[in-house]
Amino acid sequence: MWSTVFLAIITITGIALAAGLLLGYANRRLPANPDDLTDRVNELLPQTQCAQCGYAGCRPYAAAIVEQGEAINLCPPGGDDLAARLADLLGRERIPVAGTGMTAGSMACIEESLCIGCTHCRDACPVDAIIGAHQFMHTVIKQECTGCELCLPPCPVDCISMVSAA
Amino acid sequence: MTAPTYDLGKLHGGLRLPGEKAASTARDILEAPVPEQLILPITQHVGAAAQPVVGIGERLLKGQLIAEADGPLSAPVHAPSSGKVVAIELWPVSRRHGEKAPCIIIECDGEDRAIELAETPEPYTSLQPDALLQKILQGGIVGLGGAVFPTAQKLMQATTAPLTHLLLNGVECEPFISCDDMLMREHAMEMLGGTRILMHALGLEHSYVVVESDKPEALHSIGEAMADLNDPRITLKQVPTIYPSGGEDQLVQLVTNREVPSGGLPTDVGCVVQNVATAAAIHRWIANNEPLISRVVTITGDGIAQPVNIRARIGTPISDVIGLAGGYTERANRMVIGGPMTGKSVSTDQVPIVKATNCILVLSKLMPLAEEKPCIRCGECAAVCPIQLLPQQLFWHACADNEKQLRAHGLTDCIECGCCDLVCPSYIPLTEDFRRAKARMQELADEKARAERARLRFESRNERMELEQTRREEELAAQKEAALIAGPGAIRDILERTGKKDRQPSNGDPE
Repeated sequence: MWSTVFLAIITITGIALAAGLLLGYANRRLPANPDDLTDRVNELLPQTQCAQCGYAGCRPYAAAIVEQGEAINLCPPGGDDLAARLADLLGRERIPVAGTGMTAGSMACIEESLCIGCTHCRDACPVDAIIGAHQFMHTVIKQECTGCELCLPPCPVDCISMVSAA
Repeated sequence: MTAPTYDLGKLHGGLRLPGEKAASTARDILEAPVPEQLILPITQHVGAAAQPVVGIGERLLKGQLIAEADGPLSAPVHAPSSGKVVAIELWPVSRRHGEKAPCIIIECDGEDRAIELAETPEPYTSLQPDALLQKILQGGIVGLGGAVFPTAQKLMQATTAPLTHLLLNGVECEPFISCDDMLMREHAMEMLGGTRILMHALGLEHSYVVVESDKPEALHSIGEAMADLNDPRITLKQVPTIYPSGGEDQLVQLVTNREVPSGGLPTDVGCVVQNVATAAAIHRWIANNEPLISRVVTITGDGIAQPVNIRARIGTPISDVIGLAGGYTERANRMVIGGPMTGKSVSTDQVPIVKATNCILVLSKLMPLAEEKPCIRCGECAAVCPIQLLPQQLFWHACADNEKQLRAHGLTDCIECGCCDLVCPSYIPLTEDFRRAKARMQELADEKARAERARLRFESRNERMELEQTRREEELAAQKEAALIAGPGAIRDILERTGKKDRQPSNGDPE
């Protein structure tokens, strides 16, 4: 009878050991892919590419949140709603958005009579929503503008204003 | 006459509503005279607005093209009478989104002179189906049942699927509306002619004309016309009077017992549904060369002195046709375009009749409904829902703004028939809530699509900038290498040639 008990103990221990080794190996050789999480965070971000978070765009900010533990409340266009969704996704505490900035729903508009065709705003646009050539009037592609306001500071003649997108 | 057949599929839920159609079907269809002014919105259909091809001050003839179809989903607009274009401007119209829309305004000269035909219309049987579909597109024909989907595009889409049946929808299930009923009574031949044209265009050998049991006169006159026509390909089918069996998917289910899949079209189960008035309009265009410039409209309700059906030109102001129906009664209080279940209230009778206008309903003051109470989860709404949705669950998720659950419970399949509203013992305006939730879902989807586009543009821009950077570096490296190979002598030569002898190269010696 004792041999049966020992056999059972040895079998179970053997299975547990084998499974443990396998899992340990898998854990070491197949590390969790942070890109998946970054993608999911990036999907939640509003994609205005406005850089108000201090990063060069939404994707870099998502990477910073996942890899460097950056705060989740740095996105004014996304607002508190976004911060809450990020908190839920990442299992962090819900915090309100720090500071105020541009909000969604606006777009840039170039006063065409004032534009001198310097191309500075065109180069600043993160989504290529401004068309124009050197010394030719520029204009904004309405459907593509995210309202990030990044074209405002480079304009030497202040001919760009933000208008309601509707 | 041919007797109707009765074998039917099963339809879930629905309601037996009082018809309220007797008043407007007592008289024959009235022909409306040419009005002083015609107001023609350039968007009278689902899809892109038509592009005006006439200018202000231009003289027009009846049937002349005034706005052409623009893009893959659009329909042209024709002048309903002769006259002069006086303006192209915003005008109040009855639409779900916004109250004003760009319209072409024509001052009629009263002569009603038709445009000269370039050639006499050839019989449709000599046309290939493709050419016939193109011709239907030019006639500005849209679905007259209420959805105003451009008919030609619907048919073109249908020809891409394997088809078995053409269904002619004569099921006018909403209370008060009787324009299709009257059309079938008086112009059954026109409607059947359109059916034959549609069968030819779709290459179909079988079609059903489906009429509700509460329209014995229409059934009789169609039966007689069918006996005259003697076309064995057309079958007349009678269905019970249950709201909303006139919905496209519901009709398919009722007639063929095939369920249209969620998010699908009747073509997924081999059926094409066309309204009877659309078929008649197709006949008028193909056989008589008259584009869609008029339609039958029901003017009814207890706010109208003499309810009647009127064939009016598209663009006639509603106030004109109400005048023809004896004007308002003292009780008239509010106006609805469409039926009482799915119609839309309008605040002015200056809006024109458009291709979608099937009924103008003027009602007395609404009895104040009892106050909305909390849902008691009785399940009455689920019992009547023709799509077999669970309105009580949808209501919870709509209140919680839970998009995921709303999608999972099939809100997008809701046809907004209003049955759940009527049976709710707590007087919850469910349909209105669902409409709002749908709009919200659309908004979120648009936002998501926009963000996705911005992300792609941002990423492709970054890629391009990186590519430019590496290219520039490569170019510089290549130049540097070339200079090193040529040696300092060559550099000096170049500098001398360009007349810059004074400036010695700072790094003339190769390291």
